Amino acid sequence: MDTFVQQVVNGLQIGFVYALIALGYTMVYGIVRLINFAHGDVFMVGAFIGLYAIERCRLPLFAVFLLAVAGAALLAIVIEKIAYRPLRDSPRIASLITAIGVSLFLEYFTALRQVFGPNYYSFPRPFAVSSREVCGVELTNLQTIIFLTTLGCLALLYYVVHRTRMGRAMRAVSHDHVTAGLMGVNVNLVISFTFGLGAALAGVGGVLYGIAYPQVNTFMGVMPGLKAFTAAVLGGIGSIPGAVLGALIMGQSETLTAAYLSSTYRDGIAFVILIAVLLLRPTGILGVPRTEKV
Amino acid sequence: MLEVKGLTKRFGGIMALSGVDLRLREGELAGLIGPNGSGKTTVFNVVTGIYRPDDGSVAIQGEPLVGLAPHKIQRMGIARTFQNIRLFRNLTVLDNVRVAYHPRVSYGPVSALCRTGRYVEGEKEIRKKTMDLLALFSLQVRKDDLAGNLPYGDQRRLEIARALASEPKVLLLDEPAAGMNPSEVKALMEFLLEIRRRFRLTILLIEHQMRLAMGICERLIVMDFGTVIAEGTPKEIRNDRRVVEAYLGRASHRDF
Amino acid sequence: MKRISALARIAAPFAAAAAAGYLLEATDVVNPYWVQIFQLACITSVSALGLNIIYGFTGLFSLGHAAFYGIGAYAAACLMKIGGGESHLFFLAALAAGSACAALVALLVGLPVLRLTSDYLGIATLGFGIIMKVLFDNADSFIPLLGGARGMTGIARMTTVPWTVVILGIVLVSARNLVRSGYGRALVSIREDEIAAGTAGIDTFRYKLAGFVAGCGLAGLAGGMYAHLYSFLHPSNFDFFKSVDVLVIVVLGGLGNISGTLVASFGWIFLLEGLRVLLPPEYIEFRWVLIPVLLIVTMLLRPQGLFGFREFRFFREEAEP
Repeated sequence: MDTFVQQVVNGLQIGFVYALIALGYTMVYGIVRLINFAHGDVFMVGAFIGLYAIERCRLPLFAVFLLAVAGAALLAIVIEKIAYRPLRDSPRIASLITAIGVSLFLEYFTALRQVFGPNYYSFPRPFAVSSREVCGVELTNLQTIIFLTTLGCLALLYYVVHRTRMGRAMRAVSHDHVTAGLMGVNVNLVISFTFGLGAALAGVGGVLYGIAYPQVNTFMGVMPGLKAFTAAVLGGIGSIPGAVLGALIMGQSETLTAAYLSSTYRDGIAFVILIAVLLLRPTGILGVPRTEKV
Repeated sequence: MLEVKGLTKRFGGIMALSGVDLRLREGELAGLIGPNGSGKTTVFNVVTGIYRPDDGSVAIQGEPLVGLAPHKIQRMGIARTFQNIRLFRNLTVLDNVRVAYHPRVSYGPVSALCRTGRYVEGEKEIRKKTMDLLALFSLQVRKDDLAGNLPYGDQRRLEIARALASEPKVLLLDEPAAGMNPSEVKALMEFLLEIRRRFRLTILLIEHQMRLAMGICERLIVMDFGTVIAEGTPKEIRNDRRVVEAYLGRASHRDF
Repeated sequence: MKRISALARIAAPFAAAAAAGYLLEATDVVNPYWVQIFQLACITSVSALGLNIIYGFTGLFSLGHAAFYGIGAYAAACLMKIGGGESHLFFLAALAAGSACAALVALLVGLPVLRLTSDYLGIATLGFGIIMKVLFDNADSFIPLLGGARGMTGIARMTTVPWTVVILGIVLVSARNLVRSGYGRALVSIREDEIAAGTAGIDTFRYKLAGFVAGCGLAGLAGGMYAHLYSFLHPSNFDFFKSVDVLVIVVLGGLGNISGTLVASFGWIFLLEGLRVLLPPEYIEFRWVLIPVLLIVTMLLRPQGLFGFREFRFFREEAEP
């Protein structure tokens, strides 16, 4: 029983990181109906920014986070302006293919020797990992940091979305961007803000991931990105609580499968769960079906 | 011909239909009218199988329809047009109508694959039927135009043509005169009478334009808040206080 | 007599293509490396055409196409290894079997999954693709012959140029025939407006399933051809990136456009190889930096794809006069 709870805690560790990434996917999809394939790579850039901030600049941890957040947000806003905005009125598949193009570009461009480089790089741990026993479970300080940071980010996100004007504007634009625009909302600004906000969370996630699994590489965002996106769909794409729920489920299924079944099936099991859920609830667990007016 | 009994449909907390009863006699040309939001299009959607009712029954010539998929309902003889025009926008005018003939196609996929004689004959037949139908609507010159590029009025007529290509017994038209000027409405009225005669149809139309509704409908069915509030000839309906109130609100007694 | 001359008319271009292919392979007029690339382009066209039927024509957003490519590849290779030796007849049977396997799996997957709407269908097929990749990685624990993560080696090199061009030719003609018939129009009507198609009498679920199965069957066929071209299979050939590759080709060429798919497949493969040759060795990684840039620029300038709606005349023809 102890080990089971232990595995659950471990599952929460990766689950929380997935949540930070998943939120970006769900918010962007909610507002522009785009599957932002490049989001996983923004996460990767966040991790690399963290790497350089700790290793080269020797910055304290909170500064590292700030830098990663700023860098990731800036990157996402630039991408949106150059690659997605011009296609907003074109068929959706064109934006999707462009997103794929941006993703590939980020992965391979940063893999050039002149940029980040093609190898696996070791992410420096800014603190020694220690663990403490809490209620019969081993809790590492790393996990505590992940939990607290993520919960803090979620609280901040909740505040922004529900208690600020920008948040209200975000919700309006995601319902109907034409009408929101007619009501005086600066739609472009809101969309840029949403991209930036999602990327900021991914940036935090990137740093946390780097600390937790200290091997970074320019393709490191592919699988976590895919899984986080799946998590967002699982929870109901467009729903913020759904993204968190889906991510936690993904984290748990992965960890428990690796612990009790076999680690080779780890990547597959999450998708089996996804398909099972979609068949029962076609719009995800907390998703709201979009009824089409006939 | 068409019998609807006690039709009920809920959307979340909203009762779109609360017990609708409706009967169409064979060959009839009837109108379904009522204020916006009264549930008229919902009736169409339930009858054609797009929504499943929570309660009630629909039958065509005695055959029950509830629970059947839209394409099965079509095969039983019901065709419709849509309030918001649902054409196949990237298909040509010709193809839009040809698709509707496809369910009764005389060749199978293997014949199509090998382009056998049967396929050629079948395609010829469909093409002829389509061109004849388009000629009726004066759309044959536009046969290779994309449906999405047609002027609005032509789009509406194309939708009716597509519905007729399904060779139905009952035709449900959802606001066929929307966006038309008075002379176009007059032409449409004559046209509807003509196709009813030629194709031996039973027609039910939803309309807001009273000239059309009062002009050609033999019987009017009035809905409000999801239920039928009155039924009768145009003359009777015009003078029915409940109808006037439904449209204009309780305080008004003005005759329209 | 008329029948025979009609048949001869149809068979002639294929025979000519096969003969040309044979010459291409037998003589060394062209560097065999490029001949193989040409064959890869043909095979990719078959697979891409399959996805075009699924997505371009029927409107089903499938992100797991590579999985069916893999199923066809492994199934055909397995059968060929077990019983075929070097027999060309067996090879054709193995290809058909591989295609049938892919089609069968598509049927089983499609039945539950095709009820989902567009983006959700995409993610479900993506998930299926990843599940298959994981199964391919672990395949050697059920069937050691399949090699698993170590790869499957020793597959007979049966995909000759004549076979490649003849099969591509048959697939192109079949696709054209189907697409320009009432059946093709029914598929497209579902893409355009599923609800209107339903009320017009089209059994939308059945057609969606048929389109999906047909497209995946083509992917399986292409996979079988691929297996016997390079004689080596590895699960990494059938991952999400591969599904993305073929999606890019289909969108670049123009959704629902056969000519576009053909040109884009050849263009993509030759561009990839061309850049590998053109770029100086120190800059070889720039290949994958240039390609996404090209992709982005193309989408920004021509979102409807290179061909949009225009087709080569052959593919527009409806019935034989």
